[in-house]
Amino acid sequence: MPEISRDDVAHLASLARIDLTDEELDHLAPQLAVILESVAKVSEVAAADVPPTSHAVPLSNVYRADELRPGLTPEEALAGAPEVEQQRFAVPRILGEEA
Amino acid sequence: MADLIKRTAAELADLLAAGEVSSVEVTQAHLDRIAAVDGAVHAFLEVDVEGALRTAADVDARRAAGDTLPPLAGVPIAVKDVFVTKGIVTTCGSKILEGWVPPYDSTVVHRLRAAGLPILGKTNMDEFAMGSSTEHSAYGPTHNPWDLDRIPGGSGGGSSAAVAAYEAPLAVGTDTGGSIRQPGAVTGTVGVKPTYGGVSRYGMIALASSLDQAGPVTRTVLDAALLHETIAGHDPRDSTSIDAPVPPVVEAVRNADLSGLRVGVVRELGGEGYQPGVEARFDDALKLITSAGAEIVEVSCPHFTYGLATYYLILPGEASSNLARFDAMRYGLRIFPDGVAEPTAEQVMSATREAGFGQEVKRRIILGTYALSSGYWDAYYGSAQKVRTLIRRDFDTAFEQVDVLVSPTAPTTAFPIGAKIDDPLAMYLNDIATIPASLAGMPGLSLPSGLADEDGLPAGIQVLAPAMADDRLYRVAAALEAILVEQWGGPLLAQAPELEVAR
Repeated sequence: MPEISRDDVAHLASLARIDLTDEELDHLAPQLAVILESVAKVSEVAAADVPPTSHAVPLSNVYRADELRPGLTPEEALAGAPEVEQQRFAVPRILGEEA
Repeated sequence: MADLIKRTAAELADLLAAGEVSSVEVTQAHLDRIAAVDGAVHAFLEVDVEGALRTAADVDARRAAGDTLPPLAGVPIAVKDVFVTKGIVTTCGSKILEGWVPPYDSTVVHRLRAAGLPILGKTNMDEFAMGSSTEHSAYGPTHNPWDLDRIPGGSGGGSSAAVAAYEAPLAVGTDTGGSIRQPGAVTGTVGVKPTYGGVSRYGMIALASSLDQAGPVTRTVLDAALLHETIAGHDPRDSTSIDAPVPPVVEAVRNADLSGLRVGVVRELGGEGYQPGVEARFDDALKLITSAGAEIVEVSCPHFTYGLATYYLILPGEASSNLARFDAMRYGLRIFPDGVAEPTAEQVMSATREAGFGQEVKRRIILGTYALSSGYWDAYYGSAQKVRTLIRRDFDTAFEQVDVLVSPTAPTTAFPIGAKIDDPLAMYLNDIATIPASLAGMPGLSLPSGLADEDGLPAGIQVLAPAMADDRLYRVAAALEAILVEQWGGPLLAQAPELEVAR
């Protein structure tokens, strides 16, 4: 039986970079436990000799010729950016205090 | 011309070609309808009056100049907000993309523009296409034109409601687990999920890349076929796009015929959990199919009962990865955390995703992160991939015995807004009949089967075919549609209540 605690959900949220509130953790943790219990039934029939399917139709990778073709202008690429500086995406600092 | 909005896309195309009506007139009629009823229906997140009329005028000028135009040129269309549209706000139903204007067109939109279809606007959807009711849109729910207190299906409830309310003759949607077919069923309209890879995913905001597929949302099977041929076909910009000719779906509609066809009824897609009125209309349809010369064969697909569980592991896994791109750095929302003097990029990212994502998106990202975690991967995601193989084998076995499979599209008719909003498992059950084809990449089509006795609301019948045999869906659906429409004395939508028109 799968178990998922409130602490597990808090840890998963930090891995997924979502600052869940305490109320959300209280609400989501029991819901996720119910969903997980329900989806765990896949292991009933997933025998070792069954090959996995990652895609619905068989695919092989495709390549295109390495040729120039039109793309976005810098202005277009930056048009939706929260902050722009000197034709670049401006982002908050990457390193924390201790670094 | 009276009632332009009630015409089918095929009829409008004929009127336009004959010069009896202009695209500007047709487009304006639909814009007027949107202004009159969308306050109550809320099918649209964005209406592009100027852009639609500009395209319409351009098509009219080209036609007047004697240009040869594509079949649907001048017929307006609504586009689900999951497709990026250059110059038109695209939100995917999420606050994290509020006000975002994409710098490029998705391939589907590019093809619509090239074919001369005026784009009326962008339709409402569950946030990032996660949901079966459109209630998870960050911009409020869409209302079912049959009963405004009920859901129009999801995730593409905006597109289904727009065509059902005569706000658009055509719409495009996307179907990951049923998001075109289930909204079609609950609004009395037609929805098609083509074979996976049949329509390009380029510029479609990704939910689950191995499942996502765009397709037509219309009022008739012929209209769906015309739109299918407009948007389908190989695209070098999508590595999963099928490099083969598009199945001849319009021809299949014109030659619709059920005689000699073997139609399989899937034992596992019915019974417990299916509303009696939905099953009754399905059984009626089977009788009509038989009387039209087809043979009904009961088939068993034992692993379909694991479809929902498989889907809710694979989808969150892929979604949690796809949605990592919403990181507050290059586009979209950026929120700074409270009480942090100089926040890091990571803190800004976490605060932004907390503020910008809704409950269902958070639920699925957390679930996907869990299913993909080391230590759990084998038991969850790995097992789900194996069951996906078993489901595909069930289809292969079934299609050795029959030409197409049929089932009710959705287990129930439209439920009241709010009824399942905080019960994820109950919500997920809406897609129980549509998910198997999604997992196996098979094409599926939903068309109206009639009204359920207990609530007078539309029910749908789903037709499934082997991969790349999309034309079989249209052959069967067009034949059945013709019989049903004759029996009803007109389209099912003619029985929907008139919407109150705002002035």
